Amino acid sequence: MRTIFRRAPFQRALGLAWVIPALALVGVFVYLPLVQNFGFSTLKWDIYSGSQEYVGLGNYRKLIEDPVFWSSFGNNLLYAVVSIAFQVFGALLLAALVESIRSERWRRGLRAIYFIPSAISLTVAGLLFYFVYEPNLGLLNHALEAVGLGRFGQSWLGQGDTAMLAIIAMSQWQGFGYSTLLFAVAIQRIPSEIYGAAAIDGTGPIRRFVHVTVPLVREMTGLMMMVTISGAFQVFNEVMVMTGGGPDNSTQVLGTWLYRSGFVRNNFGYAAAIATVLFVITLGIAMAQLWVTRRRRVEW
Amino acid sequence: MVSRLGFLGVIARLFMWVFLLGLAVVVLYPLLWMALNGFKTNAELFGNPFALPVDWSFENYRKAWNRGVSNYLTTSVLVTVTSTIATVFVSAWAAYGLTRVNIPFSKAITSVILGGLMLAPTVALVPLVKMFQAMGLYNSFWALLILYTAFRVPFTTFLIRAYMLDLPREVDEAADVDGAGRWTAFWRIILPMCKPIITSTILLHILFAWNEYLFAMVFTSGSGVQTLPVGLTSLMSKHGTDFPVVFAGMVIAAVPVVLLFFFGQRYIVKGLADGIGK
Repeated sequence: MRTIFRRAPFQRALGLAWVIPALALVGVFVYLPLVQNFGFSTLKWDIYSGSQEYVGLGNYRKLIEDPVFWSSFGNNLLYAVVSIAFQVFGALLLAALVESIRSERWRRGLRAIYFIPSAISLTVAGLLFYFVYEPNLGLLNHALEAVGLGRFGQSWLGQGDTAMLAIIAMSQWQGFGYSTLLFAVAIQRIPSEIYGAAAIDGTGPIRRFVHVTVPLVREMTGLMMMVTISGAFQVFNEVMVMTGGGPDNSTQVLGTWLYRSGFVRNNFGYAAAIATVLFVITLGIAMAQLWVTRRRRVEW
Repeated sequence: MVSRLGFLGVIARLFMWVFLLGLAVVVLYPLLWMALNGFKTNAELFGNPFALPVDWSFENYRKAWNRGVSNYLTTSVLVTVTSTIATVFVSAWAAYGLTRVNIPFSKAITSVILGGLMLAPTVALVPLVKMFQAMGLYNSFWALLILYTAFRVPFTTFLIRAYMLDLPREVDEAADVDGAGRWTAFWRIILPMCKPIITSTILLHILFAWNEYLFAMVFTSGSGVQTLPVGLTSLMSKHGTDFPVVFAGMVIAAVPVVLLFFFGQRYIVKGLADGIGK
């Protein structure tokens, strides 16, 4: 006992070796850039000539007056709203339908099929839908024609009023299987006695969904909402691949506008200011998520 | 069973199946279309999109391979394999240190590492570019290896830590009695016991690294260091309208991860489910 006590402080400190690689990586490449970003956002900074000039809150003032910043923000918001409808509430309903199937093989098969688009990259999915929406060779216009709706055919990604919705639609196709799968897991965790009791009471499937399933997967619903909103504000890949933010900045989102401001227009201070806005939004959502997780779980 | 449902019940069931199977078609048909287009000629592609390829030749695949896909694939495999190994080891060490070794400040360190989960990569983009330029690692394989590891350590540690917390205390005591040091106990006893969660984290990291686009696009520009997602977009922009070749490239990028999902489904689902709310 005595020897352990004497060696304890040194031994304990030695134990830090286990966590130092992780701490160093996260500290240097995740946290440090975050801190630096605040500093950079106060500069007018040309990365090629290397010239830097302190402008205080100038970049943020420009941000407020920048119509593309606001339309980008609006597009992220639209992304979030549509994704919550389809990938949270739609997916919950879909998961309940799938889990109501009696055959285990069909349940598993459908869940797997719906998930495939989430396994392939957003780049592949985005490129694929670039071609689906393409006016001449695209699947969508030809399909509309085949069912007699050819007059609705158009250049989906080529015009401002349809491009953003077309990208968002692709993203629902790509992501709904992921949330359906997670809701299915949550539904499977509901003890079968609860459903048994509901069946004895003569509760129909719709009432069972509203009064048993929905309340008991509430925690998962809350988490999926946070994840979905957070994801909607970090959108980048699909927009970059499908339109690059065009036509005429109509599909610009905060991520692509940040990229364009910094890496194309060589205004890194301004890009850093957009990053700060993104930081505040995503951190706020993460805090809300923590709060949801920490709340007491539903007691069975 | 059906008779108990009654007439309305049967109709409802029917609608449900039409809906579920219709949705499966909406998911699968574009993917099938992609795969078929990889076998078509450009003329066929601009013809009837619902038609099957006339001649099932692998010509487009050969072209895609020669126009850079072989390089992109090699880089993707290299980045994926190395960053998976680095991430899983660094995270497993950290999880072990945080759950089974008595270290100072362990609560604070846990918060710092897991707190990384809340930070979006986009936010760090500008400073990271400057940092990697200063280190001379911009536009290199190392940039992707380091970033993919650093940004996935929080999530991976989170999963392994939760699993290690559930392992019984007696395991460590038994190791102590045997006189095994910490290092031996980790490799011989704890790590093998964590095999299921390690498998989950490996598969999830492969999916992430194979598909990642933001860092890959910003931190690489030469074709020698570009991964598949970025390579596909340059295949698209460089070769004008030879679209069937692009489709072939997309299939090459998609097939490995789809196979991975089908064979590792159980572990992937477990990892995703634990990752979101444990």
